[in-house]
Amino acid sequence: MSKIILETRGLTKHYGGVHALEDANFILHEGEHVAVVGDNGAGKSTFVRQVTAVEQRTSGEIIFDGQPVHFAGPLEARQAGIETVFQTLALADDLDVPSNLFLGRELFKFRLGPFSWLDRKTMRDRTLEALKTTAVKIPNVDNPIRNMSGGQRQCVSIARTAAFASKLVIMDEPTAALGVQETAQVENIIRGLKDRGIPMILISHNLRQVFDLVDRIVVFRRGRIVASLRKDETDGNDIVSYITGVKGGSDAAYA
Amino acid sequence: MAEATHGLGGLKYDPAKRSRAPEWNVFGALVLIILIFEILNRMQGGSFLFNMRDNVDAIFNQQRLDIMILQVAIIGIIALGVTQVIIIGGIDLSSGSVVGATAMVVMSFAQTAMVNGNPNPKAIFGDWAMDLPVIVPIAIGLACGLFAGLINGLLIAYTRIPPFIATLGVMVSARGAARWWSNGQPVSFPTAEYGQLANGDLLGGMTFGLLHWPGQNPAVVFVLLAILFHVIMTYTLYGKRCYAIGSNEAAARMSGINVDRHKVLVYVIAGLLSAVAAVLLTSKNLTAQAGMGVMYELDAIAMAVIGGVSLAGGRGSILGTVLGAAIFSVIISGFTSIKLDAYYQEMVKGAIIVGAVVLDQWRQRKRSRG
Repeated sequence: MSKIILETRGLTKHYGGVHALEDANFILHEGEHVAVVGDNGAGKSTFVRQVTAVEQRTSGEIIFDGQPVHFAGPLEARQAGIETVFQTLALADDLDVPSNLFLGRELFKFRLGPFSWLDRKTMRDRTLEALKTTAVKIPNVDNPIRNMSGGQRQCVSIARTAAFASKLVIMDEPTAALGVQETAQVENIIRGLKDRGIPMILISHNLRQVFDLVDRIVVFRRGRIVASLRKDETDGNDIVSYITGVKGGSDAAYA
Repeated sequence: MAEATHGLGGLKYDPAKRSRAPEWNVFGALVLIILIFEILNRMQGGSFLFNMRDNVDAIFNQQRLDIMILQVAIIGIIALGVTQVIIIGGIDLSSGSVVGATAMVVMSFAQTAMVNGNPNPKAIFGDWAMDLPVIVPIAIGLACGLFAGLINGLLIAYTRIPPFIATLGVMVSARGAARWWSNGQPVSFPTAEYGQLANGDLLGGMTFGLLHWPGQNPAVVFVLLAILFHVIMTYTLYGKRCYAIGSNEAAARMSGINVDRHKVLVYVIAGLLSAVAAVLLTSKNLTAQAGMGVMYELDAIAMAVIGGVSLAGGRGSILGTVLGAAIFSVIISGFTSIKLDAYYQEMVKGAIIVGAVVLDQWRQRKRSRG
């Protein structure tokens, strides 16, 4: 097997008395695309929030790129190379596309503390480039994204992730609110990541999409990982059985 | 190239339709209001734009223009800071009181020892504080503004209380400090150099075609500061962060922007601009009173809002506020020119501010409906 990029050991998160995530053991290999599926409240998003350090875990270990990590926040996780598309869009509506792509990592003509001079041309050029490589079509990148459709905004968010992706990409239901054509575009971006060998964790409710895109499927149920199956050794009915608890009871083997 | 591009989902999308800067709307409103006042004046046999009595060398009514620009300049300087505060999604109610408190302190260090051969009757400090070089009161004034801005910023960023409450508190306290400073007595008789600051004429006598530059220093300072902050808000990281924070604070935080520190910086700059206004105001009037700057904060907010700065944060510009300030002063002097009673003026002014906000909300809703 190739190198392990992300591993969690006994990852646990309690919100007061609610055990949202219990003893999650998860492994992601270099270049691998893994889907995380499960019912609402199964712990998928909680799992992602611990890995990206949006929340601090109750206990357990996260090993990223060979090192145990304790990120203080999502920014540190990003600096370490984990790019995330969150369920709630982390976009600034009143800024144009280049400003959103480069939010928090602007390029400068010269540096002068907070009054550093922005290199708007280079940022715009690189944005057009990034949109081209991810095949995202935005009619006019200089408009504030407030004026754009939900799908276009999601594409901007995903293009940002794809453009800066270095070691790991996490997408939390990236196509939940999208139309057919927009969903196809997002799936194309994900295939592009696969071609570039960038590992990804995809959270999705859409089993068609999951079987289309990923190598392995991890099923969450009631805060626990109940199955981890290679795509070719399972099918939709099998996955649904795990999601609904028909298969993989409390004594199920962990991934 | 007028062909409509197709967006996602096959929706028609016309890029040209949305590219008009909102400032043009404000500019249009300005022209419209001027025309309305011109018509109203004509109906009374006068003119708003033109000097009907002795139009020998001036087509525009120079006197009126001078008064308008002076009126607008000092509050306009405050509005530049208030604009930035509103863009990050905040509000600053303290600016008027900060002007008052700063005015008292500044004047105390700008006094001259002898007035008409007698010792200064309004002296606050001893001889050591008399006839200081003009840079001393200016520096002390800026320090006052910085201090007030710092309190606003630290309260808002680190106690997380709403900006409305934090700056309301500073507003009340600063006015109290202004009254306490000299037990409510005015502070007067500055040095000649200090008096020159605002009454001097840095660029006087310059003529641009039909327009004769009024040559009042407050106007010069206002224009220079407006250009400076327009550039900062448009081309630097500072501006980008202001819009990002006002637009989506959570996203800004997640992108690694130090939102708290940036907020403090913005409120400090707003405080400094209030201090600049205080220096010019006291220099122009040659005296400082505890009641100076009352209601300036509301006028400044009104200028920004009329200029298209959204109270929801994230939208608006320095240019918009400058145009808003122009509209504001045109309305005030327009009312005077048609001899509308001062009481009505206040009432209508209030209606205009509400109207501008209603318009902003309406624009916002229209846009989100797509």
